[in-house]
Amino acid sequence: MQNQGVAAIAMRNHFKNIEVLFPKDFNLNKIVQMQAEEAFSENAISFLNALSILLRNDPQSTDFPEIAAFAFFCRKANLIQLKKVYSPPANRRTGRGIVFHISPSNMPMNFAYSLVSGILSGNLNIVRLPSKKFKQVDMVCQAIQELSEKAEFQLFSQRMLLVRYDKLSSATACFSSICDARIIWGGDQAVREIKKISLSAKAIDVSFGDKYSICVMNADKYIHERSPKKIARAFYNDTFLFDQNACTSPHLIVWLGSGKNVSASQQLFWDHLYNLVKKRYHLQAHSAIDKLSTFYNQAIHLKGIKKTPMPDNLIWRIELQELTDSLDKYRGNCGYFVEYKASSLPELSCIICKKHQTIASYGIEKEEWLQLSRQLKLNVNDRIRSIGKTSEFSLSWDGYNLIDTLSKALPIIL
Amino acid sequence: MNIEEILKIKPYSLNKTEKEKLFSSFLARLSEHHYTHCEPYRKIMKSIGFDLKKKHAYTDLPFLPVQLFKTNELRSTAAENIVKTLSSSGTSEQKKTQVFLDKENAARQTKVLAKIVSSFIGNKRIPMMIIDAENIIHNRARISARAAGVSGFSMLGSKQVYVLNEEMELNIELLQTFIKQQQGERIFLFGFTFMVYQYFYQALLKSGTKPDLSNAVLIHGGGWKKLEKEAVSATDFRNKLKEVCGIQQVYDYYGMAEQTGSIYMQCESGHYHASVFSDIIIRRALDFSVAAIGEEGIIQTLSLLPTSYPGHSLLTDDTGILLGEDNCPCKRLGKYFKITGRLKHAEPRGCSDSYA
Repeated sequence: MQNQGVAAIAMRNHFKNIEVLFPKDFNLNKIVQMQAEEAFSENAISFLNALSILLRNDPQSTDFPEIAAFAFFCRKANLIQLKKVYSPPANRRTGRGIVFHISPSNMPMNFAYSLVSGILSGNLNIVRLPSKKFKQVDMVCQAIQELSEKAEFQLFSQRMLLVRYDKLSSATACFSSICDARIIWGGDQAVREIKKISLSAKAIDVSFGDKYSICVMNADKYIHERSPKKIARAFYNDTFLFDQNACTSPHLIVWLGSGKNVSASQQLFWDHLYNLVKKRYHLQAHSAIDKLSTFYNQAIHLKGIKKTPMPDNLIWRIELQELTDSLDKYRGNCGYFVEYKASSLPELSCIICKKHQTIASYGIEKEEWLQLSRQLKLNVNDRIRSIGKTSEFSLSWDGYNLIDTLSKALPIIL
Repeated sequence: MNIEEILKIKPYSLNKTEKEKLFSSFLARLSEHHYTHCEPYRKIMKSIGFDLKKKHAYTDLPFLPVQLFKTNELRSTAAENIVKTLSSSGTSEQKKTQVFLDKENAARQTKVLAKIVSSFIGNKRIPMMIIDAENIIHNRARISARAAGVSGFSMLGSKQVYVLNEEMELNIELLQTFIKQQQGERIFLFGFTFMVYQYFYQALLKSGTKPDLSNAVLIHGGGWKKLEKEAVSATDFRNKLKEVCGIQQVYDYYGMAEQTGSIYMQCESGHYHASVFSDIIIRRALDFSVAAIGEEGIIQTLSLLPTSYPGHSLLTDDTGILLGEDNCPCKRLGKYFKITGRLKHAEPRGCSDSYA
């Protein structure tokens, strides 16, 4: 405790360029003196449920589907369901202490889910918010501020600290020295850089590096799909909503089905997607150049690739003749897709590697995936989600059960 | 026409029709050369199914984004023929641009640079003052873009003096002596824009010395990006220089490491000009189609010089506006344009960037 006090004082003296979004009276000493709680405590659930209600009632939430989805995640019914799965009475758990969350600079809502996993596992939380400013971040911070002003949540809200700073700040070093667990969301490079900053001896790191995600489309089903446009929209939400840069965003689309159905489905699917993108997506000029660079890099390093003609640079489609495990090195974003026609799903096995993560699935039954999972040698990161649902948060992520990881059980063996 | 004949053409003497004819045929031949000698280039052309056997207008010729020279070694000659590798000043984390030059290519760049510059300052070689430090050009095989610029321009003077030391401090005494020695003869000053501002202008201003350079001519380039913070406009730049040393003639140029030599000089009307050795095409980001006169877009640069690396048609990160062709008040023929900025690197959303 004494060390922590020293760190806190050092921090107050040396920090500049750190913006505290919550609470108004920034006091690191307060948080280091508080205790971890039991996972899924009553307090935690009612706080998050109140946050959910507040966000749902925010008139601005209709403009931000991510806020609505987050509020939906935090509703009481869902939390009670999660408690049954992650914290059954036979597995009573208590938080580790302070969790320091480092969220990616350019994902608006990742921090909020990370915070929720910290809260639910019974911890005190210091959150480094995205350095890029987002309205969504402000909305969540404001809602937390509002809750903290209510008598019933005043104490509980002291269990969190939300800050924003740039990479030059010494804040990461200070928070790292006092936390019991550090969660690093980011690419490999970022994770490596942050891991250089030491933790205290007892603390653990939980890190998430670069991932590669794909989409599997069953053309035999799509051709009979009642609302092909809805599926294109679902895919838009998986990709363009995050500039195709979330770890869960598909880069490769694998088409299954008869040759005829694949061609017809591609036509239909891309037409719908193109219309949507044209209406809703703003392409930055540099992204257009990046797509061209990505394509030429692929042309140099991958075998037999071809560009499918499209009206403009909004969507780039690349036809691949042969699957290779180096695909993830030459990926694009902001609407850059590689397509492959597979004769069967087991063909995918050669690209399923440690980097592989989400499979967005359309038109393939759960049983089929279950049967296949052994053949494909799916690894710990892998998750299969319906198209449109890839970015949905789960307390199990990249092989970590976040609740178990961020808490401890009292082992009693008698 | 072969390159030797082209090198005899006066830099601003071809009109639109003549230039298009020259560029379409010569760039097609250059593309074939690179197709034969550079495997990555061949793969690129194959991937887009570009048929070099057919006749194409040069506006249809594929262009390589300059980033490609960072991620790949692009060479159209055997490695043992390379005498010089230009490398950009990227930060340590970033990959650096690499431009491979053989003897002929390097010589051609120097020749073209001399032709363009002398059409502005006259054919006679005059004493030259370089606003940089001499030591930057010492390592000859692998050099930075800045060193390449300095060494290329340094050939154009009858004698040279480098007025900065390794610490980027201006040697005012040396400068004064040099001016005195020339006894009123015209002096040619060269330096990179931010160096001229930071280490020449600022140093003179601070020292209070006002050397007489009223009869000198300054050529500077390298862009304004590093001066953004200072918020110095081109006009400010000229006025400020005039205040400290009386210099009247100041020419900016636009150029890049990937196409050294065929630079775009700014004329008396403040417009950048394409010479007969190079050209620009402004393209729309949405579909890379050719933008209209007056419309802002991404700058594609074409050069007739690159033979040892496939850099004859490039897509830059710069944005600009084509102002006109063959009708600049300065009477030079060819396209003239304005630079509006550099595209910021795209900032995609996503989870892969927590450190930044």
